[in-house]
This record gives sequence, structure tokens and C-alpha cells, in this order.
Amino acid sequence: MGTAGVSASCINMASCSSLKILTLLSLFLSPTIVETNNIEAKAGQFFSSGHTNNWAVLVCTSRFWFNYRHVANTLSVYRSVKRLGIPDSHIVLMLADDMACNHRNPKPATVFSHKNMELNVYGDDVEVDYRGYEVTVENFLRVLTGRLPPSTPRSKRLLSDDRSNILIYLTGHGGNGFLKFQDSEEISNVELADAFEQMWTKRRYNELLFIIDTCQGASMYERFYSPNIMALASSQVGEDSLSHQPDLAIGVHLMDRYTFYLLEFLEDIHPSSTTNMKDLFKVCPKSQCVSTPGHRTDLFLRDPGSVLITDFFGSVRKVEITTDTINLTAPMVHLEDTRPVRELRTEIQTYMDQLPVAEIIHQKPKQKDWHPPDGFILGLWTLILLVFFKTYGIKHLKHIF
Amino acid sequence: MNVAETVFIDNVPTTETDASPPSVTEQKADEADHVLDTMQTQDFPPPSTAKDQFQEELVIKPLHSGDIYASFQFRTQWDTDFLLGSKVSHYRLFPKSLGQVISKFSVRELHISFTQGYWRTMQWGQPFLPSPPGAELWVWFQDTVTDVDLAWKELTNVLSGIFCASLNFIDSTNTVQPSASFKPLGVGNVTDQRFLRYAVLPREIVCTENLTPWKKLLPCGSKAGLAVLMKSEKLFHSSFHSQALHIRPVCKCKSTSWELRQTLNVVFDLHTSGQGKREWSLFKMFSRTLTEACPLASSSKVYVDITDNPQGELFELSPATPLVSQAVVLGDGRTYSVYDLTDHATFGQTHSLNVLLRWRAAESGEMLRPLLHGERYVAGYGLQTGEIHTLVYNNHPYRAFPVLLLDTVPWYLRLYIHTLTVTSKGRDNKPSYIHYQPSKDRLQPHLLEMLIQLPPNSVTEVTVQFERALLKWTEYTPDPNHGFYVGSSVISALVPSVVAMDTNNTQERPLFSSFFPCKEESTYFMRIYTEPLLVNLPTPDFSMPYNVICLTCTVVAVGYGSLYNLLTRTFQVEEPSQGLAKRLANIIRRLRGVPLLT
Repeated sequence: MGTAGVSASCINMASCSSLKILTLLSLFLSPTIVETNNIEAKAGQFFSSGHTNNWAVLVCTSRFWFNYRHVANTLSVYRSVKRLGIPDSHIVLMLADDMACNHRNPKPATVFSHKNMELNVYGDDVEVDYRGYEVTVENFLRVLTGRLPPSTPRSKRLLSDDRSNILIYLTGHGGNGFLKFQDSEEISNVELADAFEQMWTKRRYNELLFIIDTCQGASMYERFYSPNIMALASSQVGEDSLSHQPDLAIGVHLMDRYTFYLLEFLEDIHPSSTTNMKDLFKVCPKSQCVSTPGHRTDLFLRDPGSVLITDFFGSVRKVEITTDTINLTAPMVHLEDTRPVRELRTEIQTYMDQLPVAEIIHQKPKQKDWHPPDGFILGLWTLILLVFFKTYGIKHLKHIF
Repeated sequence: MNVAETVFIDNVPTTETDASPPSVTEQKADEADHVLDTMQTQDFPPPSTAKDQFQEELVIKPLHSGDIYASFQFRTQWDTDFLLGSKVSHYRLFPKSLGQVISKFSVRELHISFTQGYWRTMQWGQPFLPSPPGAELWVWFQDTVTDVDLAWKELTNVLSGIFCASLNFIDSTNTVQPSASFKPLGVGNVTDQRFLRYAVLPREIVCTENLTPWKKLLPCGSKAGLAVLMKSEKLFHSSFHSQALHIRPVCKCKSTSWELRQTLNVVFDLHTSGQGKREWSLFKMFSRTLTEACPLASSSKVYVDITDNPQGELFELSPATPLVSQAVVLGDGRTYSVYDLTDHATFGQTHSLNVLLRWRAAESGEMLRPLLHGERYVAGYGLQTGEIHTLVYNNHPYRAFPVLLLDTVPWYLRLYIHTLTVTSKGRDNKPSYIHYQPSKDRLQPHLLEMLIQLPPNSVTEVTVQFERALLKWTEYTPDPNHGFYVGSSVISALVPSVVAMDTNNTQERPLFSSFFPCKEESTYFMRIYTEPLLVNLPTPDFSMPYNVICLTCTVVAVGYGSLYNLLTRTFQVEEPSQGLAKRLANIIRRLRGVPLLT
């Protein structure tokens, strides 16, 4: 920019040369100036995003073998998210059907995303939290809002707080305003928007990235009204999301187009990359996807250009390295078992007889607690007695007393 | 995170602290050497102050049908008491998640298994540890528990989180309280069956997500020892795969000691593994070879069953090993070649052990028929009624023995117990003990337990008729036309054994022969499972509401609409619209004040 201005104003030969030297000097200096600016910007970035932990909720809502691609979609996002650092304890993975160990899978324990079986997205270290019939609209909404029964284990809960960035990925079959769960129920865009509003009022997220890969996916984010939500969809209202490629050995389509190109994009991301959301919006243009991917950023407070991909897909921890030494306290001494050995145990503990035939045959039936006859029996007997005395007269009472 | 990975070698804690951490560019072979060097400075077994010990073993048994059966057993034994007042907090080899489960729910015994496939007794013989298809969980609680049902419900939820399985579907509709089966396998005196709960989920799918947390419970994880062989791509490409976990108190005769056994049984099919000729090796089965024993294990062995191959005429076993051991397992004396992985000489020059079995001659002779075998199927036609037939075979030529048959049938198959018949050899065989608990709709299933004496060399058939119930439309699964599963029947038996069993339970024995405790010398305890059943219930057409709405709306629109039109429509005369030329002419005429054209 500077050189262009200089060359335009360069009329005199003599002044041109000095100006040229000046521009050359400025060119050498500017990288250093830019470098310091960069460091400051990076430092600014370091503290700007405001989140301290990352969560991911990845849901595949389709059942049956021909919906293999939806499970592959979800698992490829799971794989990327794990690779970029989010641990299993912070990922809630919901798969509505089992494709890897399905009896129709010619290669068991694998789910492939590329044809010719290039990439196994199932892997060897996978933890599915909700599987099979547990993937229902009710469970999904309960996970989001945190209203789960008290006996639910930790791995099935979304324990996010107000400084969590959450990635929510949904895939399956959908329509204008709804997403189908397991071919038997639906979730509407209004329900989803209300669930996000509940999450916002309960301070369950700092920022939320919502990605959906279904037909007419953009209809699902039309109704959001809570702040700090960014949404991406694979197709607009009235368009269908198409699948990518079939594999002739497995016999089904392996991935959907949008997630296939999303996976390719994410494979280039590493934990320290600085790619921002604007690049994510460019994933899968119409020429590759046939449908038009859409996005919605009006509810998001920050500029999408300043949001890193790793803010949602990775779990970048802010580490402070210290060079001072810290003195730990004296090493822990293993407390000896000071309890007295149980001499009281006089009866010798032996193994039980596994099939004590004699004992079983002579087993007394369990004494069921005696209950007084309840209302129905009492009423019945009263009726019988009444009818008896009505027909035969009261003098027969003496036979009883 | 990258820095941390270079410091720990395979995450196995080693005692060396002086060696500098290897650089990232170091070759894998150098790392392996490095590990072996450090292992030589360590001493086996672990120091005597530790009160827990870990043993691992792998048994390889070639089967008559050409398949091969591999059984892993990992045992952690810990002298501690979870149930005393003070909380246990220093866990070393015993996994903390399970220890906390035991103390929180006052569990006395816990047995859980996940199985994919069905064990074919007639082709493969008896398994070391039987398990039914799907998920099975049975738990004995301590007698201090006041509300067993509540503890059971919470326990199943916690276990579903630990094992990534849908065990939270276990509720009162599939839990039973057997009255005579499933006696405790650990030490103890109390057998009040009120503290026992048994449930089975025949539909449960087993896949890598169940294997991953199971492997993480092992002290060495899947990084060292026998567990490196457990690669899911090979394990699930098999005819039978079963992983189980058993926790029970065992006898140390001075104090209580808790034992955790993790077992994995897998049968690899000859034909699906490729290659026509019959040859099995660790590499072919697991796509890995063994490189070291788990440093935390006090014993780590591989047993290969060579009973049918005494002189080496049937198959050739390589590498050759001098260790041979005899064991009495499943009532039969078997001979095993032993590879001791704690001895470095086992690994030879290549620092890896690949046990190879190469068959020379074609298989001759038939397999000994298993003494006890069970089958079950549904007979009948239509969606109204049916009949469950259970067949129990006693193949012993002259001995009769008793079996205890446990049947759990869901409430939506309404059993007619008055049609229950038990016949052996054509005649009625009255059971010496029957316990039946009827079902309550949507609350509890049927429970039928019978103690039947099986005559020698006979087939006993148990039949009962049932009626299929119509469920409410919200109770159907998303894929109701697949059918509904009925869990396997459990047949527990005391089978006469061919050789004398060893009743001394405190002696050191290989793990695979010491699971079921032995009380008598002449019989041994066995449990077998029949097939699960798949029954179709009358299923409504779920598209009917949509069809009905469409039809009704069409009828209303056509019928009512026509009637309304007839009643309210009035007819008006309308001038036909004129052509364009005429309209223009009329405009001009209007301007001129001349009468218009019609």
C-alpha cells in the first residue's frame, strides 16, 4: 500500500531513489512492528474469549442400517473433537443405533467415513453415553437443561457452567421446523429454542455453537432467541442435504456431504491453529454440497471473525508455566491398618454349596406377611352373608353363634 | 500434553528415576529395550507390604470344529474390607470406581457380563465361564441393606455409566429374585434370597464402547501384558465374544479378601478369518503379539490345551516350551503347555511371543458329547398364542443328576401355568421343587424355578403355553416389527465328573479352573444358558393415525362441503366478458357518447 502511494507520487528521479530507500527500510521494519502487534493481539485473544471449559453434545437421531451415514457423521465430529482435546468426560455422545457391531457390517467394530475404508472414525477408544433406545427427545432435552433423575451417572450429564463453550451437533432426518428422532418422534425448532433459553437463564453456557446436518436444517435455528448462539446448517429451508458417496463393500452411503467436507476442514485444524469461524462458514459451498449451507450469527455478541475454531471444537487450556520451584510437604505415609484383626470372626467362612438339592426340596415357602382381608374381599363376604340371611331369615344366625 | 507423553513410557509406572526421559525421535525398538532393561532391575512379585496382587492368564483351546477358543482372565485380589466403618481411600491395583460402588451400595457379590453371540455347546463343548447373550447382572447385597430395590436401581444406573451400556433399562419389569438359583460364589454364610437380584437384557448390544471402559479397569490398562491383544477390530469379528466382571469375597482364612475377576472369552471362526488351511497363531487371532508381561502382575501365563495332542501328532506348537501343567477343569483332566511371560526367555530373540499352532493331520474322531445341553424355542403360529419348549439333554450314559431350571418371562407373554408339562423319555417327570411367581402387568415378570431330576441318557422337555398381550401404543419400541426378546433360561446343575475334583479351595490353581467352588469330589457345578427367544407381538400399524386423519378430512371436505354448497349457493347471471377489440371500441364509444356495443 505504501509502495503504491510512493510510486504514484514519484515524479522526480532523485527524490524517487530516496523514497525507494525509505520504503525499503519501512518494509523491513514493518514486519517487526507487525510482529509486536501480533503478540499483543495474541495476548489479547488469549484472555478475550471468556470461556474456561469446553463441552460437546453430539447426537445422531436415526435408527436402521441404511442410516449408517448419520452415525458416521456424528462419529467423525466426535473424533475431531477428541483429537483437539475435549476429553470423554466432557462429551455426551448419543447414537441411536449401533452400526459398528451391527450384524450387517462386513467389518465389525468399524465405522468408515471415506470409501475404500480409509478412515475408521469409530476407533479403539470410544465411549457412547446414550445408545439405542435411550436417544429420545426427552433425554436430549433433559441433558441440555440438566433436569435428569438423581441416579443418572456423571458421564450422562452435561455439567456445564456459565463459562462453558458448548458445541451441539445434530444429524438425522429433518424437515421444515422439526427433526425426527428414531423414526418415531420429533423435536420442533420451538422446543429447541426454548431449551436453549432455559440453558441461558440457568447460566449453563457461555457461548453455544449449534451445527445441524439434516434436510432443511436452517429451519431449526430460525427460532432461537437466546444470546450467544451461533448456528450452522447444511441446507436452507426447502432444500435437501445430500449424502456423499456409497461404499460398494459396505453397501450404504457413508457420510453426508456437509459433514464430509466439515471433517476434511477439521482434519487440518490442530490445537494451536488460529482459523476462525469465517472459514467454517465457507465449508462446503454449493458446488460441493448441492445444498446451500447457512449460518446465523446475529445472536452472537462477538465478531465471528475473532472466534477461533478451537474455542468450540478444541479444549484449549490456558496454562501458566512457572519456573519457580514449589516445595511439597513431607511424603504421605501409608497409614498402617491399626484396626484389630477381627478375631471375633469365630465362624469359619466357607464357600456355599451351589446347588444344595436337599435344602431346596425342603425349603419352606416364604412366609408372606399376613394382611387383613382388604376391602374387596370384605365387601364380597358381606354381600354373600346379606343375601343368605335375606333369603333364609335371621333365625339361621344361631347356627353360626 | 506433548511433553507429558514423552516422559512416561507407555504409562507403566517404573521404578527408575535416574534415567533421563527419552527424546521424541527415539525409535520404538529402543523404547522397548529401555522398558525391558528397567524391568530386569525390578523384582517380581511386588513387595510384601502391598496387600493386593494381580494375576493374568490366557487359555487357548483349539475346538473340534476348527475354531479356536481364547479365554483371558485377570484377577486382582485385595485384602481389605470395604464394609467396615472407615472408608478405603488408597487404591493401588483395585479400580477405584468399583471399590466405591461396593462400599456405597453394600454389595456382597457382583456379577456382570456382556455377550455378543450364542455359545454353541454341541460344537464347542463347555465354556469356562458361561454367559447368556446380551447383558446379565446379578448382585447379592449385604444383609445390612434396608431397601434392596432402591439400592438395585441406583446400582444399575451407576454401572450403566461405568460400562457405557443401557443398564438403566433394568427395572422392576425385568428384575427377579430367584429363590434357589444363583447361590453366592464367594465366602459367606447367609443365603437369604431377599438380598439377591437378577436381571438380563437380551437386546443389549456389545461393542467397542463397552470394551473400552472394561479395559481401563485393568491395572496395566491395555498397554502392557496380555491386554495388548485386545483389539476390538479382531475381537468383535468372531463367533462369540463375552466380557464379564465378577466381584466376590474370597477366603484367605484369616481376613476377608476381595477378588475382582475380569474375563473375556472369544471364539474365532476358522472360515471368516480367511485362509483355508487350519493354522492359528496369536497374530492371526488378535493381530498382535505379546511383548512383555504386565509389570504389576505377580504371574502372567499363557496356557495352550494340548490334551488331544500328547505326542504332537495332531498339531505342532511353536515356540516350544518345557513347562507343562495338568489341571482338572470342567470335570476333566486336561494338559496344558505353559508360557510364563514373567520369564524373559519366553520371548526369545525377537522380544515377542507369537504362539503358533499348525495342524498336521486332518481332524479325526468326534468330540466327546457334552454331558448337559439345553435348547429352547417358541412353537405355535399366529400372533395370539404360542408355546415355549425347553429341552434339556442329559448325555451321561448311566448317571442321573438334578438340574435347576430358572425361567424369566416378560409380563407381555402371559403364561398359562396350568399347561406346564415336564416329560422325560415320554413319561411325566414331576419336579421335586417348583417356585412360581406370577407376573403383574407392567410391574414384574414371570419367574419359574423348577428342580428336575434328569434320567440318564434322556431328553427332558418342558412346555408351557402363553398368550401374547397387546401393549399400549406408547410402550412399543421404535422398531416393534423386529420382535421382543425373552431372556435365556438358566440351567444350574451338579454334573458328575470324569476325574476326581480337587476340593481344597485354598490351593494355588490356574484361574480358569478355580472359579466355581468345589464341595464334592465326584461332581462339579455347571451353569448353562439356552438361547433367547424372539417373539412377535401383535403390532399396530403406526401410520394409521395419519391415514385416519387424511381420510376423515377428505370425507368431511367432500361430504359437508358439497352439502353446504348446495344449501347456500346462489346463482347470478353474468355477462360474458367481451373481447379486446370490443372493449376498446366501447371505450371510444363512451367517449363519443354513443351507445355501447353488447
